[in-house]
Amino acid sequence: MPSQDLALLRRLLRAKDRMDAASEEEWPVERLASVSGVSEAHFARSFKDAFGIPPHRYLLTRRIERAKALLRDTDQPIIDIAFQTGWQSLGSFGRVFKDITGESPSELRSREQGAAHQLDHVPHCFISAAYRPDLKTAVSEKRRQEAADKNDAEET
Amino acid sequence: MGIGVIGLYVHDQDEALDFYVNKLGFTVKTDAKNGSYRWLTVSHPDQPNFELGLFLPQEPVLDAATAQTMREMVAKGAMPPLVLSVKDCRAAYDAMRARGVEFTQEPIERFGSVDANFRDPSGNGWKMIQARG
Repeated sequence: MPSQDLALLRRLLRAKDRMDAASEEEWPVERLASVSGVSEAHFARSFKDAFGIPPHRYLLTRRIERAKALLRDTDQPIIDIAFQTGWQSLGSFGRVFKDITGESPSELRSREQGAAHQLDHVPHCFISAAYRPDLKTAVSEKRRQEAADKNDAEET
Repeated sequence: MGIGVIGLYVHDQDEALDFYVNKLGFTVKTDAKNGSYRWLTVSHPDQPNFELGLFLPQEPVLDAATAQTMREMVAKGAMPPLVLSVKDCRAAYDAMRARGVEFTQEPIERFGSVDANFRDPSGNGWKMIQARG
């Protein structure tokens, strides 16, 4: 792997930081590219080279992570959490959430709120990282894979 | 007795010195050059016996490829988090921001405290947390 340009990496980190700070906002490529001072054509590729994940998928992990925390820590209605974490509809939030975490928002909430937590002395970034989904594949690919597994199971 | 020095890797020692001293208010503890090697440490005013090292990942301590990997890790923000305790997070945020510190999260009140995030010019990430009580 060729060594990456350090100044570029530092600027790509800035785009990642901005998504971290406001994952509920829309982050089209042109917005991220301008934060990093990179052309739109190169941004997604450069980001993936640097952080191992495409920018839109990274954003998804942060939104899901935040939604999980809100489901656990608050009693806000799920629809409010969906809008607060950047989704346009409750339906798409519920679908993507289940695709990624394997359970629905309400299932996660009742499970998490039933368990005791002792995280008072852990800095927030660590707690939040523990809730971040590990999205090694695209959500659509995960869906396809699960459908294929299901078909296999039915065939055998 | 206790921990004396913990080192950070930085991209440029002059830049790091300016940041930690002029923007964060640390003081230089040791600044010793020997050829291309520079032992540079700073201290927080309230912790004179603890030194934060601002070191370059460089040869011959590291081989060239490893040094480059470390520089990339720092620039990508992949180094472990650092925590700075302050009396008043919002006041510290205002003062540091006015001095040009790059904040990555504004002060947020939660878990009975207030915290904010900033990075040094190299990419090392700090969480600034208001001491409780």
